[in-house]
Amino acid sequence: MRLRSNLALLVTPLLISLGALALWVNYQRADKIFQDRRALDWSRNLRPQLEQHLSITFWATAFTVLIAVPLGIVLTRPRYRRFGGPVLAVATSGQAIPAFGLLVLAFAWLGRGQWTTIWALTLFTLLPVIRNTMVGLDQVDSAVIEAGRGMGLTRRHVLRQIEIPLAVPVILAGIRTALVITVGMATLAFLIGGGGLGATINAGIGLSRDLVLVTGAGLTALVALSVDWLAALIEKALRPRGL
Amino acid sequence: MTSFATSPASVTAAPSAATPAETDDASRDVMIRLEHVSKVYPGTEVPAVAELDLEIPRGEILVLVGPSGCGKSTTLRLINRMIEPSSGRIIFDGEDVTEVNPDLLRRRIGYVIQQVGLFPHHTIAQNIATVPQLLGWDKNTIRARVDELLELTGLDPSIYRDRYPKELSGGQAQRVGVARALGADPDVLLMDEPFGAIDPITRDRLQNEFLRLQSELKKTIVFVTHDIDEAIKMGDRIAILGDQSRIAQFDTPERILAYPVDDFVSDFIGSGSTLKGLNFERVRDIQLADSFAVVEVSATAQETRAAFDASEEKWMLVLDAERRPARWVGSEHLARADFDITRHGVTVRAKVPTNATLHDALEEMLLSNAGQACVVDNQGRFLGILDVERLADVLKRMRAEAKKHYDLLAVENRSQ
Ligand SMILES: Nc1ncnc2c1ncn2[C@@H]1O[C@H](COP(=O)(O)OP(=O)(O)OP(=O)(O)O)[C@@H](O)[C@H]1O
Ligand SMILES: [Mg+2]
Repeated sequence: MRLRSNLALLVTPLLISLGALALWVNYQRADKIFQDRRALDWSRNLRPQLEQHLSITFWATAFTVLIAVPLGIVLTRPRYRRFGGPVLAVATSGQAIPAFGLLVLAFAWLGRGQWTTIWALTLFTLLPVIRNTMVGLDQVDSAVIEAGRGMGLTRRHVLRQIEIPLAVPVILAGIRTALVITVGMATLAFLIGGGGLGATINAGIGLSRDLVLVTGAGLTALVALSVDWLAALIEKALRPRGL
Repeated sequence: MTSFATSPASVTAAPSAATPAETDDASRDVMIRLEHVSKVYPGTEVPAVAELDLEIPRGEILVLVGPSGCGKSTTLRLINRMIEPSSGRIIFDGEDVTEVNPDLLRRRIGYVIQQVGLFPHHTIAQNIATVPQLLGWDKNTIRARVDELLELTGLDPSIYRDRYPKELSGGQAQRVGVARALGADPDVLLMDEPFGAIDPITRDRLQNEFLRLQSELKKTIVFVTHDIDEAIKMGDRIAILGDQSRIAQFDTPERILAYPVDDFVSDFIGSGSTLKGLNFERVRDIQLADSFAVVEVSATAQETRAAFDASEEKWMLVLDAERRPARWVGSEHLARADFDITRHGVTVRAKVPTNATLHDALEEMLLSNAGQACVVDNQGRFLGILDVERLADVLKRMRAEAKKHYDLLAVENRSQ
């Protein structure tokens, strides 16, 4: 199990590099018309789009974590536990709205722009993180908590020294899910003026140029893979020893 | 006071009642006292613990034993205020702790639970250091303490210090659980079925090690179990609990075995109680049989026959030149014309030292074909003979003494 995941961590960057190479070679060898060159121009289109894509992903995920993890923690405390059900229900229905619909709603409310996308995606990915935070904390062996409390650790000690460290793997898995969703959804950001690699894919469709379409879609996939690989690395680093 | 002023017919815990004359002084030194403590869990009608009065003598192991669901764990958790009593007071070493900060209270009380509950993400050393760290001990003191405790509980520090709990066997984890509870050297230890989920052989070993440890540490220990045999083995005193933690009998294991006060107690301790009671008497404390003929191997056949005829018993004993029991000789041996005292007879197998328990002695007797056991000193020299009648006498005496004790209590109770 451990060996396999280590192997995956090593192989993924290799695959990503190979994919990038393939995209580049494909671009070099293709017959290119003016529109192709223009749409796939690195400094005018691809690089800014890539940056927008990554910044949308980063900020949306960051806000999700900042909101959902504390919320998940609070909702597992005895005093607030009864709100857990309702909050999860709201978060679930939030995720049940099609992403596109959510973007349009956010657009109607907040107007065009990158930040509208970021807030919409934040809202959209709260659920997996809240849920995993709650599940992660709830699955901590009650005997461990009982032992801790019984030795005189305060509630806060138990939360910080025992519950959260032991819930970290599950919480991180939720964050990773959110990250993957966000990277994918960021392709729709261009619809409301948020930019991102979706613009290139869209251009490819609009121009009926396969080269543009494939390059845009391929880049999106590579970004998703890289982000996931990074998340896996972080997960591995933060996982407490002894588990 | 630790024995209950009560008549066997109506047994209730009554620490306020008269202290019987024969209660030893040391036992009056109370470490923990529960006064009219009740616990009604929220959402339930029937109390889990009702009006419990309990005194736990300093430096002793008190075992709470009773059927499942009778409130043992609840009682234990009331002591360190893991759950708050609905009413009543808890006095800890003379101090009313019903209202103090429970977290601070718990740092003074070791707590061991059945599931052990080691922190899986902490090393063994970190686990054991939990309370010392809370109390702000300095690093070197903590490190030394961890190693000391690992050694005390039979784990090599150099091997186990830096391991994680998942790298331990069940028995090793239990030891670490005990070591962790002893971390800051608390005076009191609460143990909730600490050796429950372990195979019988390992459990037996852990129990023995723990008793050895306790003989040095002299902690005040409240030990919960539902296994009466474990209670008898571990307890200086046993409280047999019925529903809602009502005390059915509170006494030493010897006395409970010799004289169960009511049907509930005798049902609970089961049919083997008389035999279990033999565990508490040692061979050196009892009167040995004097009805057997004993001769040395130098005796002539004639002297031997004469000695045999003078005794009522079916067997006589022949000692070797060092006065060690050698052979049992019976009438069929003596009847032989060529009787040779150095060869004939049944080799003595059952030999028990004076510090053996009567239970051990009985086992030896049942295994030997003569039906009695020879008591020997450290060099194996003959001291006397133990037979079944002697054991029966002991049992009768134990029962009579326990009954007298309870009758006396009843009288004192009435005269109050
Ligand atoms: N948190 C709780 N809420 C409500 N009722 C409880 C709670 N904990 C225990 N009880 C009830 O209180 C009674 C005593 O429980 P307790 O755990 O003290 O029993 P026990 O003697 O330790 O039993 P066992 O030998 O099975 O461990 C039981 O009837 C149980 O159902
Ligand atoms: Mg219990």
